[in-house]
Amino acid sequence: MQLYLPIADLPVNIFLILAMGMAVGFVSGMFGIGGGFLMTPLLIFIGITPAVAVASVTGHIAASSFSGALSHWRRRTVDPTLALVLLIGGTVGTFAGVWLFTLLRSYGQLDLTIAISYVVLLSGVGGAMFWESVGAILRARSGKPPTLRRPGAHNWVHGLPLKLRFKRSKIYLSVFPVVAIGVFIGFVGAILGIGGGFILVPLLIYVLRVPTATVIGTSMMLTLVTMTFAIVLHATTNHQVDAVLTLIMMVGGVIGAQFGVRAGQRMPGEQLRLLLGLLILAVGIRFAVELTIRPDELFTVRALEPGS
Amino acid sequence: MSRRGALAIALAALLLAAGAGRAQAERLIASISNHRVTITPEYSGEELLLFGSIERDADTPPHRGSYDLVITVRGPKMTMATWRKEKKFGIWINRESREFINVPSYLSVFSNRPINAIASADVQRRQQLGLNNFILTQRVGTDFADVVPGDPFRAAFVRLRAQHSLYREASNAVTFLTPTLFRVSIPLPPEVPTGTYDIDIKLLSDGALITRTDTAFEIVKVGFEQFVADAARRNGFLYGLVTAMMALFTGWLASVIFRKD
Repeated sequence: MQLYLPIADLPVNIFLILAMGMAVGFVSGMFGIGGGFLMTPLLIFIGITPAVAVASVTGHIAASSFSGALSHWRRRTVDPTLALVLLIGGTVGTFAGVWLFTLLRSYGQLDLTIAISYVVLLSGVGGAMFWESVGAILRARSGKPPTLRRPGAHNWVHGLPLKLRFKRSKIYLSVFPVVAIGVFIGFVGAILGIGGGFILVPLLIYVLRVPTATVIGTSMMLTLVTMTFAIVLHATTNHQVDAVLTLIMMVGGVIGAQFGVRAGQRMPGEQLRLLLGLLILAVGIRFAVELTIRPDELFTVRALEPGS
Repeated sequence: MSRRGALAIALAALLLAAGAGRAQAERLIASISNHRVTITPEYSGEELLLFGSIERDADTPPHRGSYDLVITVRGPKMTMATWRKEKKFGIWINRESREFINVPSYLSVFSNRPINAIASADVQRRQQLGLNNFILTQRVGTDFADVVPGDPFRAAFVRLRAQHSLYREASNAVTFLTPTLFRVSIPLPPEVPTGTYDIDIKLLSDGALITRTDTAFEIVKVGFEQFVADAARRNGFLYGLVTAMMALFTGWLASVIFRKD
């Protein structure tokens, strides 16, 4: 069934978008991530301009992270203080990101920036996750006990001043690294149309040493707020948010996520991380290949303002 | 000026008008099947029909060759940039660009036979017959100019627009039902720009322009499509807030529906 999208200005098949939303929702429910890094390339692939895709995906991520954050809130696995401090950074980062997005769009380099950032971020995070989980699986196979992270282990981050007590996570930490991570996630999210969950989760676990129990819930909480901001900012500055596209995607997304959560619970943690690592790495490599091989079409046409 | 001089000028003007009248003895009458194409949620392309007739009168020279028609449909004007990728530091990036200033967002040329067979290259250029002769103004640095049809940026621009069926040239699209009655179908692609479209109909014979006429139609978003597009453009902030509320509501609804306890 074809439906004409009012902002993207082209007809799409509703069931195709719905299926894409469900597939991405399944993955995001399974791994506890937003799934923007999968959804945005899919939309671009079916002919939606990168600007509309990035701006519209923000709504899809807001919906799926709100439904996730609600259930985590009920289970008391959200650290509101941590989320708030991350958010302060996140807000600054989102503003900066939307500003740069607008600037790059006017220079014709938005597509390149998105592609390079995807390559760097996805290959990096995907590679690290893959490496870490393969190690964990091998250790489990050979019968050695898993190397436990000592909860008291500190790194240089824990020596910074202006400390704050995060009660729900039971950690005592300087606000500077937390704010910095927030800025980074907000910035990257606004430019790439991703919630940044797949970057935030490892950063919280490995850099800030936040207990795993509160990481996913807090990450979803933050994603929810930054993406909600991003919707309004994109709508105000770029006018590229297609509400109809967003609605179809997120209906598919929240349904798919429910099945994904159930599938994820039946799988051991290392295998789950291995799969996610492979998935992220694959998307990163796909972008890298696209950048380095000679494209079939060297030219692109982009509309500037309508003529007077 | 003397009275005789004035009389001579008036006489000359009259003679010229009569001459022009004789040269343009044919009249073109055309009508389009739909003057207002509406974009609704179901829109996925449309086809318009243009019917026309060549009216002859007593002054029409009897020994005229067969008629040729070149019909140009132009969509609303837009300014577009064409970028060319080049390999730099091992990756392909957008390097050079050309701006096409106020060019039609949609451009179709229909004729009854190949344009090269209809008129000489000179007439083609003067009358802007066909995509190759249509003036697409480029900004090259500080200059405004159209360039030769073989220019890589111009060729790529036309090719890319054609890929989306926004530019096209069809040399067998005009059908003569009788020697003076013609029909052409104008296909509108799914990704059609909204606005006013001009149809320019040129009648030629023996390689020369005899007469021309024009008509127009408009493509508008209506109802829901119009409402959403207007809201996004005029009230971006409110539109963003509503979209955000919609996202939160969907998320909340899902967590309620799929709640396990």
